[in-house]
Amino acid sequence: MTVKIVIGLDGTDTGERALAFAKGLASKMEACELLVVYVIEWSPFTFQTVEENEQRHKRREEEIALAKSRVLDPAISELQEAGFFASGLVQHGDVAETLNRLAVENGATQIIVARASSDGFTKRIFGSSTQNLVMHADVPVTVVG
Amino acid sequence: MTNTYYSWLTGAGLALAASPIAAQEAAGIDERVNEVFANVTGPFVSLIFAPFPGTSFPWIVMWLVIAATIFTFYFGFVQFRFFKHAVQLVKGDYSDPNDAGEVSHFQALATALSGTVGLGNIAGVAVAVGIGGPGATFWMILAGLLGMASKFTECTLGVKYRNEYKDGTVSGGPMYYISKGFDELGLPGGKILAVLFSVFCILGALGGGNMFQANQAHAQISGIVGDYPGWITGILFAGVVFAVIVGGIKSIANVTEKVVPFMGILYVGAALIILIVNFDMIGWAFGQIFAGAFTGLGVAGGMVGALIQGFKRAAFSNEAGVGSAAIAHSAVKTKEPITEGFVSLLEPLIDTVVICTMTALVIVISQQLIIDEATGNYMLNEAGSAIATVDGNTGVSLTSAAFASSISWFPFVLAIAVVLFAFSTMISWSYYGLKAWTYLFGEGKTTELVFKIIFCVFVVIGAAASLGPVIDFSDAAIFAMAVVNIFCLYFLMKVVRKELASYSSRLESGEIRKFNH
Repeated sequence: MTVKIVIGLDGTDTGERALAFAKGLASKMEACELLVVYVIEWSPFTFQTVEENEQRHKRREEEIALAKSRVLDPAISELQEAGFFASGLVQHGDVAETLNRLAVENGATQIIVARASSDGFTKRIFGSSTQNLVMHADVPVTVVG
Repeated sequence: MTNTYYSWLTGAGLALAASPIAAQEAAGIDERVNEVFANVTGPFVSLIFAPFPGTSFPWIVMWLVIAATIFTFYFGFVQFRFFKHAVQLVKGDYSDPNDAGEVSHFQALATALSGTVGLGNIAGVAVAVGIGGPGATFWMILAGLLGMASKFTECTLGVKYRNEYKDGTVSGGPMYYISKGFDELGLPGGKILAVLFSVFCILGALGGGNMFQANQAHAQISGIVGDYPGWITGILFAGVVFAVIVGGIKSIANVTEKVVPFMGILYVGAALIILIVNFDMIGWAFGQIFAGAFTGLGVAGGMVGALIQGFKRAAFSNEAGVGSAAIAHSAVKTKEPITEGFVSLLEPLIDTVVICTMTALVIVISQQLIIDEATGNYMLNEAGSAIATVDGNTGVSLTSAAFASSISWFPFVLAIAVVLFAFSTMISWSYYGLKAWTYLFGEGKTTELVFKIIFCVFVVIGAAASLGPVIDFSDAAIFAMAVVNIFCLYFLMKVVRKELASYSSRLESGEIRKFNH
């Protein structure tokens, strides 16, 4: 049976550690599929100007293209070159919620993320995306330090 | 930003006050601007507000109300039947997570609201209650409820017939649905009507979306720092608007867009506190509203006077039937145009039924309007044109005085709120006007710049002119948009009904379903 693992990247160096850990884990398994996910933090409940709204679709496409070329594609090719079966997804939304939803929708058995890279006031008030994911995820989560 | 603006302004005001000759000359400029403006716009205003022969009832008010009533019946009271669904759409219950990152229904609603919630709710209501008495509130609420159906119709069409360009940007609004919709139905004259709408939209943008805002912002600031010539506020405002729309300094617009909703919440919060503190008077205030609605309680024009004022100010505040919201809502990338129609019907509810009513209640409860104790009716001012108020306040200063009677420092907050609301409305309307302008003259840097400069010049004229001519022209220009828009909506409403029938059946069958978030 093929095991599916979701790797959540955030475009920083800490993501590399999550990727390395996932590689190590997958190499020990017989059949493993890796799904690399990059979530662009976005809330539908913000206030925007009319012009921002008018440009939104175009910006969204640009953001997705940028995330693919800068984060996802290099990670996927690195995994594929190492002989793994890997694919990728970019989505907008709340990071923790989206990672969990995509893991469930794609039948993944676990999520691997790196330790939060954010710090400071916001984190103290709202917690980090990693904390939120660990608390609310429907599948096991591995946080790589 | 606001602080620097204020200290500059105070300084300028004091400097002028200290020099009587300069102040006289400055006042002279205001007078001249006022006179020329009133003469130029007079015939247009008279035409729009012409009464039915033998009555004092302006035909335009009837035009708006009849349209809203027809849409209400034609769509089977859509504003009540789909109210819950509209709220669910705004909450995102029906949003596909795979479409995340596009403009959400909430964002479209908030953007459209920031263009409508503003001075209409603060100053406009004061004008309505000041002239038409508390009874005007009843008619305002009724117009708001009916207006929800007009808004639903125009915003559905706005999304359905918008232009989507190759680069992913979108443009929509009445000018697009009129020309495309008429072509689709094989009706003649679509292009001409779209051009006519665009002309009125430009005038509306310069009037209600600009001059009225500048005028009332000046009234508010001079009420706090002392009287000084309006053109000074005008030039300052024009400078900031110029920086945003011509200079492309998006940060100012972005900050405003983020601060304005909180000012709105603060305003409603303050009104709620005043109402809670005076809860024993709420019953009496509603009594005045109902009694005034049908008797007028002595206001000029009696019951009809109250009705005209209520309907007029409701339309001016929530813009239902005017077509402006259709431009704002068109930016949403939804697969179902009608969902945007459902969401937009919440606008008149929030704007008029909730916020305007609160302002009216605060004004009535604070007893700023003088009642003749002998008759229980309201006393008229010397000219007999409006109700006499405690300090002779009208417009935004009446609202300010009403809030100050319970929360003494609130006028300062209100002044900041008014300036921000005015500014945000101006930015929204500069966009609406620009869309109409580019529809007429084509897109291009030079043509756009011409409109933007004209827009800034009108900021100065608006701030310098006195309230009467400005309010008349602003109303006339905005209502002129409604003349063309509603005329076309009558032909296009069957398109919306088809969409409504299709959507309703798919909603019932479960084809359109909620997403689990």
